[in-house]
Amino acid sequence: MTTTAPETGKRARRGGVMSSAGLYLATSVAALLFLVPFYLIVRNALSTDPEITGENWKFFPVDIQWGNLTEPFDDPTVDFGRSMWNSLVVGVLHTAGTLFVCSLAGYALARIPYRHADKVFYAVLVTLMVPAAVTFVPSFVLVSSLGWVDSYRGLIVPGLFSGFTCFLFRQYFLGFPRELEEAARVDGLGYWGAYWRVVVPNSLNFFAAIATITFINGWNAFLWPLVIGQDPSAWTVQVALSSYMTNQTVNYHLIFMATAISILPLLFVFLFLQRWLVQGIAQTGIKG
Amino acid sequence: MSTTTTRTVPGPAPAEPAKARPRRGLRGSRTVAFWLFAAPFLIGLTVFVYVPIGWSLYLSFFEARFTVTPSDFVGLDNYRQILSDTHFTGSLVTFTVFAAFIVPTTWALSLGLALLVNRLRFMRAFYRSVFFLPTACSYVAASLVWKMSLFNGVRFGLANTVLGLFGVDNIAWLANPDPPWYWLVIITARLWLQSGFYMILFLAALQNIPQELYEAAAIDGAKRGWQTFRYITLPQLRATSTAVVLLLLVAAYQAFDEFFNLLSKTTWGRPPLVELYYTALGQDQNYGKGSAGAVVLTVLICVVTLFQGRIMGFGRGEESK
Repeated sequence: MTTTAPETGKRARRGGVMSSAGLYLATSVAALLFLVPFYLIVRNALSTDPEITGENWKFFPVDIQWGNLTEPFDDPTVDFGRSMWNSLVVGVLHTAGTLFVCSLAGYALARIPYRHADKVFYAVLVTLMVPAAVTFVPSFVLVSSLGWVDSYRGLIVPGLFSGFTCFLFRQYFLGFPRELEEAARVDGLGYWGAYWRVVVPNSLNFFAAIATITFINGWNAFLWPLVIGQDPSAWTVQVALSSYMTNQTVNYHLIFMATAISILPLLFVFLFLQRWLVQGIAQTGIKG
Repeated sequence: MSTTTTRTVPGPAPAEPAKARPRRGLRGSRTVAFWLFAAPFLIGLTVFVYVPIGWSLYLSFFEARFTVTPSDFVGLDNYRQILSDTHFTGSLVTFTVFAAFIVPTTWALSLGLALLVNRLRFMRAFYRSVFFLPTACSYVAASLVWKMSLFNGVRFGLANTVLGLFGVDNIAWLANPDPPWYWLVIITARLWLQSGFYMILFLAALQNIPQELYEAAAIDGAKRGWQTFRYITLPQLRATSTAVVLLLLVAAYQAFDEFFNLLSKTTWGRPPLVELYYTALGQDQNYGKGSAGAVVLTVLICVVTLFQGRIMGFGRGEESK
């Protein structure tokens, strides 16, 4: 995916300079359109409100308002800093927890011979048919009767048991080289020891891919945090952003700065982990 | 911590008394290991997936407002209510309209982007990243940008500014259901957010097409461009295309975030999950009716996924041994 396949080189040569220029022109126009929303976020975040709502369109603020950077954190109506912190805690624990429980179960289903493993596997497969979002009402009923509303537990725990992630790990471990495990077995390690000392260290790429996808989904999740975060102290950043849209007064520069800050962590994830992310999607988005 | 193979653990193996001891020990320790690995997940799956579904099935037969432990059995009343509720049936219509727009447009756009990026020789990674970047945005953030800036109904919204250059009056994109401009806002937001993801899937599939096919076609005199696309690329992408369409359908079915945020104070354009949110968690807290709705939606999505399973051969074929 990173290197240019020979086919494209050959085809482009035959196509000639004109079609190549057209190709780049079309791609660039599409790319510019895709960047417009990011431009709007940055422009509005660094402008004053009169500049944003003014008569004529200002392409970019003349005086860049760096002071806007701290404004969301000083806003008395929405505790933005708290919501960022909540999102971070939830995102990290959600990712770590999902990886832990789903990878272990996926390994068991793929590699530990057990007479009823197929029945267990079907019990997992059945849950794939029902997306978690569709059952948010019953999940809320359960979590609220556990008294977990407005808590980290309520935000994190119900989302850990993803049948899909477990399924992905199982598929991955089915293709894990047996020789490595057998070597570990010869060294006297049991399943548990072999898993942590041999299987996991040799699967870090796959774990990184799944971790990236899980973290992004956790950070961007909205419906479940909205349902669980009834008190503003339990809001994640997405719920906080959503509340800006229904507030009586609208501070344009403030809410766009908040939006920019909420996206920043994921942009970092993207910049540093894109390789694993793209690999992961290509591998797991669909099989075959 | 190590589960050695010599330890004898009384595993559930009643049917084989004749087996030699070491063999039974081996099997027993494997059973223990299996449950050691799988138990945390399976317990969680039971408590947080199976129990809620069962509970909502139970609640759907009771009158349950503001309570989750009801005593007033009403039979199928909740189902009768929700299925004759024009809001609920209307939400299914909204979903159908939404899917009819979003599925083909995302399919076409992500395939188009993949074809473009796949032909690039320079800066391919750069362009791929640009198209993929919106995946980092949440639906809430995108809704905010779309509602407050891009499709703001007043004159300083970008869309209205651009239209103003051509002398078109300001359009109230979201505040007016007639004409239904809000669909344009919703569709473009989701297109922007998800096309990059599906482009990656198409790119991976495009790179798996054997080059010999194109060479053979060239020898046979096929014109490069439409002919090779129509008779080689498209058929070779069939599996991916099918999968993408079904993934898009299931994703559209669960649409909530952008509808909830873009149309927060309106009564139109409510897909099933938004409708359900207001039924179960709005003023009424009607868990009985909400649960009935959840059951109906679950059954519908199961039908879709089973259909999907038919097409993709999902879960069949390779089994664990």
